[in-house]
Amino acid sequence: MGAGHAHQLYRRGDSPVHGLPPHTKLVAVLGFVLVVVATPREAVWAFALYAALLGAVAARARVPAGFLLRRLAIEIPFVAFAVLMPFVVPGEQTSVLGVSLSVPGLWGAWNILAKGTLGVAASVLLAATTELRALILGLQRLGLPSPIVQIASFMIRYGDVITDEMRRMSVARRSRGFEARGVRHWGVLAKSAGALFIRSYERGERVHLAMVSRGYTGTMPLLDERPTTRAQWAAALALPLAALPICILGRTL
Amino acid sequence: MNTPSLEVSGLAYAYPDGHQALFGVDLTIGRGERVALLGPNGAGKTTLVLHLNGILTAGAGTVTVAGLPVGRKHMAEIRRKVGIVFQDPDDQLFMPTVREDVAFGPAAAGLRGAELDAVVERALEKVGMTGYADRPPHHLSFGQRRRVAVATVLAGEPEILVLDEPSSNLDPASRRELADVLRSLDVTVLMVTHDLPYALELCPRSLVLSEGVIAADGPTREILGDEELMNRHRLELPFGFVPGSVA
Repeated sequence: MGAGHAHQLYRRGDSPVHGLPPHTKLVAVLGFVLVVVATPREAVWAFALYAALLGAVAARARVPAGFLLRRLAIEIPFVAFAVLMPFVVPGEQTSVLGVSLSVPGLWGAWNILAKGTLGVAASVLLAATTELRALILGLQRLGLPSPIVQIASFMIRYGDVITDEMRRMSVARRSRGFEARGVRHWGVLAKSAGALFIRSYERGERVHLAMVSRGYTGTMPLLDERPTTRAQWAAALALPLAALPICILGRTL
Repeated sequence: MNTPSLEVSGLAYAYPDGHQALFGVDLTIGRGERVALLGPNGAGKTTLVLHLNGILTAGAGTVTVAGLPVGRKHMAEIRRKVGIVFQDPDDQLFMPTVREDVAFGPAAAGLRGAELDAVVERALEKVGMTGYADRPPHHLSFGQRRRVAVATVLAGEPEILVLDEPSSNLDPASRRELADVLRSLDVTVLMVTHDLPYALELCPRSLVLSEGVIAADGPTREILGDEELMNRHRLELPFGFVPGSVA
């Protein structure tokens, strides 16, 4: 598949990682994240090894470090909480550069930061090497219920259509001298949102009509049924399988 | 004599709210004909179209497609045989890529693999959109989207192609390109339109649907030239357009 204008997270390429069937990659990322989360936070070296593993995958996928790091920024709002922990968690105190910090708080912050960052990095890598559409097909192959797959597919297809409609409504509002400047104007915006909802709902009905006209009976035909080879599974699962002994070692040491 | 592509007789329909839209429609369209269905807004054109593939079920009368009565029993077959191209291509094209959209109908009918690819390829070729298979529909021009919408229906190899306002919102070049595509197809066409010059250009025969009945049926040129008939059914030619003067 090579749909143009894919989502922003995707990075077009033909690396071995790009070529893997999406469902194997999904399983691999999930496995990797579970292994990372199961690792005790005190095994600091283990997290360094995990990061190195992800680095190896990124290199294989030819995803540049800058690309990866920029997209890691999405994590920032979530780690803000982690930064607070050393200051607010009660317990044994230690002094760093004259500031008194809580030791369990520091460990807690490290735990969230390390595991969160590794999880986000793995997900960013997945998104960078797999198209949105392919991800949904992958979920479908993994047994995600068909209605959810269909809803997600329609979101991809109609997200832009509805955004356009919203933009046109906004242009129409402004052309008649309306500028949303404050609370007083929220009523108008709310009505626009309502109108947009009804328009989208009606479009939904028309789309359904078009689908039924073309033989839709409740399930989407699965178009890509190429079987997955053992080699593809092995390549995808190499990541969690490499991480697993690190985790086991971390737990026993 | 061949079985006609479409036969409608005595078709009447009232919406659940009691509004009666069709009062006994009779029409026959032979195989390979291109026929325009003209009529003012609210004449019942869309209601009639939705009966052709069994989306709406007749209150009275029958619809027969290539000898097959439209009814619950043959619904899958009927929906394949009657290809409806709806007015807004964004409604018609609901899959993330052009290829998947064109493949939808045949895949729903059970086609897979190389056979399916071939059908998709052929349908896109017929409308001149071969290079666009992997594009998302949203990034095509309106005219391209409408041509892809035609392809999605052609992929089912329909007996009859039903187009709802095919020229609406198209710029003149896209309008002409679509006309070229439609002319090149070897399929029965029923075209619902307000674009009377387009009807004259493409369809030798026209039907006028007015107030739920077929009010006229004849050569397009004669119908468009009959001023009295046109006025009676709120049909108007564009300014300066004289049907007799067009070759």
